[in-house]
Amino acid sequence: MTQSNANQTANPVNAIEAKNVVKAFGQGDTAVRALDDVSVEIRKGEFFTLLGPSGCGKTTLLRLIAGFEMPSDGLILLEGQDITYLPPNKRPVNTVFQSYALFPHLTVAQNISFGLEMLGKPRAEVKATTDRMLALVKLEPMANRKTSQLSGGQQQRVALARALAPQPKVLLLDEPLSALDLKLRKEMQIELKRLQTETGITFVFVTHDQEEALTMSDRIGVMSAGKLQQVGTAKEIYTRPVNRFVASFIGETNFLKADAHAGRAKLASGDVIEVDAAIAGAVTLTIRPEQIRVVDGAEAGAIAATVSNLVYFGTDTHVHMHLADQTEVVVRLQSPATGDSGLAQGQTVGLRFAPGAAQVVGD
Amino acid sequence: MAPQPLSAAEQNQIKASNRAGWLLSAPALFLLTIAAVGPLLIVLVYSFLEAGKHGNVVWNPSTEGWVGLLWTKDIFTDSFVLADAHLTIFWRSVKLSLMTTVITFLVGFPTAWFIATRAPKARALWLFLITIPFWTNLLIRTYAINEVIRAEGVLNTFLIWLGVISEPLKLIYTDTAIFIGMTYVYLPLMVLPLFAALDRFDLRLLEAGYDLYANRWQVLRRVVLPIVKPGIIAGSILVFVPSLGAYVTPRVLGGGKQLMIGNLIELQFGQGKNWPLGAALSMTLLVIVTIALLVYVKFANGEKTHG
Repeated sequence: MTQSNANQTANPVNAIEAKNVVKAFGQGDTAVRALDDVSVEIRKGEFFTLLGPSGCGKTTLLRLIAGFEMPSDGLILLEGQDITYLPPNKRPVNTVFQSYALFPHLTVAQNISFGLEMLGKPRAEVKATTDRMLALVKLEPMANRKTSQLSGGQQQRVALARALAPQPKVLLLDEPLSALDLKLRKEMQIELKRLQTETGITFVFVTHDQEEALTMSDRIGVMSAGKLQQVGTAKEIYTRPVNRFVASFIGETNFLKADAHAGRAKLASGDVIEVDAAIAGAVTLTIRPEQIRVVDGAEAGAIAATVSNLVYFGTDTHVHMHLADQTEVVVRLQSPATGDSGLAQGQTVGLRFAPGAAQVVGD
Repeated sequence: MAPQPLSAAEQNQIKASNRAGWLLSAPALFLLTIAAVGPLLIVLVYSFLEAGKHGNVVWNPSTEGWVGLLWTKDIFTDSFVLADAHLTIFWRSVKLSLMTTVITFLVGFPTAWFIATRAPKARALWLFLITIPFWTNLLIRTYAINEVIRAEGVLNTFLIWLGVISEPLKLIYTDTAIFIGMTYVYLPLMVLPLFAALDRFDLRLLEAGYDLYANRWQVLRRVVLPIVKPGIIAGSILVFVPSLGAYVTPRVLGGGKQLMIGNLIELQFGQGKNWPLGAALSMTLLVIVTIALLVYVKFANGEKTHG
C-alpha cells in the first residue's frame, strides 16, 4: 500500500487546496494575470508536480502557497484551513529554492537547524533532528563545513535537509534540479523520490522539464498562460491529453485534422482510419510517434506516406514523413542492432495507427 | 636526493632579481618614509623633548610631555595634580565619537538598505545625492549646521513659530551641537560601506529566513546583520577614527569651550607653546586609533574563519 493511499483513507482532507486563485501583477490595463482562476487539490502525502514553460505561473502558484505573495483573489487552504493571508513564517510549509538560498555565514549543520531554532525547539531536539537530517541526505562528514565549500549537488542536499528539518506539512520545491548537470540531476531525481517516500511529506515540485515530471510525480498539473490545463497521473496526461498544448508540451506528438463519423475518421489526406465511436464532427486528432507502425506501402488500408528525413537518436530513430496532402508526421522506430532502420529518404511506405492511439484534442 | 647547491651564475641571477624587486618598490618605500614613517618619528621624538619658551622644542630629553597628559604642575605648591581638564576632553572625545558611530549606524543602515533595494537607475541617483556634501568645504558645511542650530537659527525660529517651544533651545556650543555636526559630516562614510555590503546581499535569503519561521526582527538579527558585518565594521571605523580626531566641528560648534582631543593638540602647538605635550597627545590619539583598528582586524578575520 502506498503512502498516499494510506493517508487518503485515514484523512480525506487535501494537503493543499487552491480555490479560484487569481494573481495579477500591475494595475489597470497593463495588469498581467500570472494566475487566472486556478483551482487545484493536492492530496496528502503525494508527489505533485506543477509542469509548464517559463512564465506559465507555476512559480507564482508556489510562492502563493509559501506565503511570499498574496493572491489578488481566491483562497488557499492547508489541510482545510485558510492560510491565504498568513505570513510565510506562520505556515507549516517549507521551500527548497531554485538558487538554494543557503545562509553563507552558517555551517551546513547551522543551516539545517535554523528553522528548528526559530520554532523555539529545545536544544537537544534541534541537535537530534539536525543529525537525523544530515544522515538522511548523507552529509554527516560535511556538518561543520561552510556551504560555499560544497559542490552544487551537496548544496542542493543541504537545502533539502534544511527545508525538511522542521517537518513541514508540505514541502515546496522550485526547480531545484535546474542548476545541476544531467548525471547529477538523474541521481537527485531518485534521491528526491526516496526522501518523499521516507518522510511521507507532501511534495509540490515545480519544473519545466517534462521528463522530470513524468518520472517522479504521483500526479502532474500542467500549466500554461496562467491557467491549469490538466491534472492527472503521468500516464493520464501522456495518453489522454485534453488539449493541443498538453499534448505537445509533454512528449512529442502529431496533429491530424479529421472529419469523424460513426467510428471512422477521414483525414485531410483523404485516408480513412478507425477511431472511437464517440468521436464525431471536424476534430483534431493527436497520435504519439511511437504509436505508428511503418508497413509496406502496398498494404491495403495503410496510409500512404513518403519519407522526408531520418534522424538517428541511438535507442530510436525519428522518421519524418509527409502524407498525400503534405501533412507532416513523425514516426519513432526502435533502432535495430545494426542501427539501420531500413528506410531511405524518398521511399514510399504505409502507416498504421495502434488501436485507440488516436485521441481527440481541443485547441 | 639532497638539493644541489646553486651555481654562482644562478646565485647572481637571484641577487639580480632581488635587486630589481627593491628598485621597483623603491618609489613606494620612499613615499611611505617621507609621508608616514618620517613625520611619525618626528612627533615621537618631540614628545620626549623639553618645551621651548616660544614654542618649538629644546633638544633635552624629557618625559614632561607624557607626564602632562594626565598631570599638571600646581603653580603654587609645585606639586603634580591630576589634569582633570584633559580627562574631561578625552572622555568627551571618546563619548561623542562612539555616539556618532552608533547614531550614524542607526540612521545609515535604513538609508543604505533603502538605496540598495532601489532599481539600478534610482540607486545611482541616491548614491550621488549621498556624496554631494563631499563637494562642499567641511568648514562651510559646519557653519551651515551652526546656522541651523544657533539661538536665532533656522531650527529655533521654526520651532518657536510652530509654538512647540517658547524660548530658543540652547544647542550651539554644547556637546549636543558637536554631536549633531559630526553625525551630519560623517554619515556618508557610514552609508557607503553599508551600501556596498547590502548591495552584495542576496535578497532571496530574506525569503529563506521567513520561510524557516523567522520573523522580521529575527531575519534582521540572524541573517542580514551577520552577513553584512564586514560593512558595519568598515563603516564604524570610517566614522569613529575621524570623529576621534575631529578638529573643525568641535571648534565651530563647540565654540572653543567644548574641546576634543584634536583641539587640545592644536592648543599645545599654538597658544599653549607646549610641543612635547602636543606630540604626546598625538601619539595617544594614534594609540587609541590603532587599538580600534586592531579590533577591526580581529573582527574581520573572525568573519573569515567563523562567520
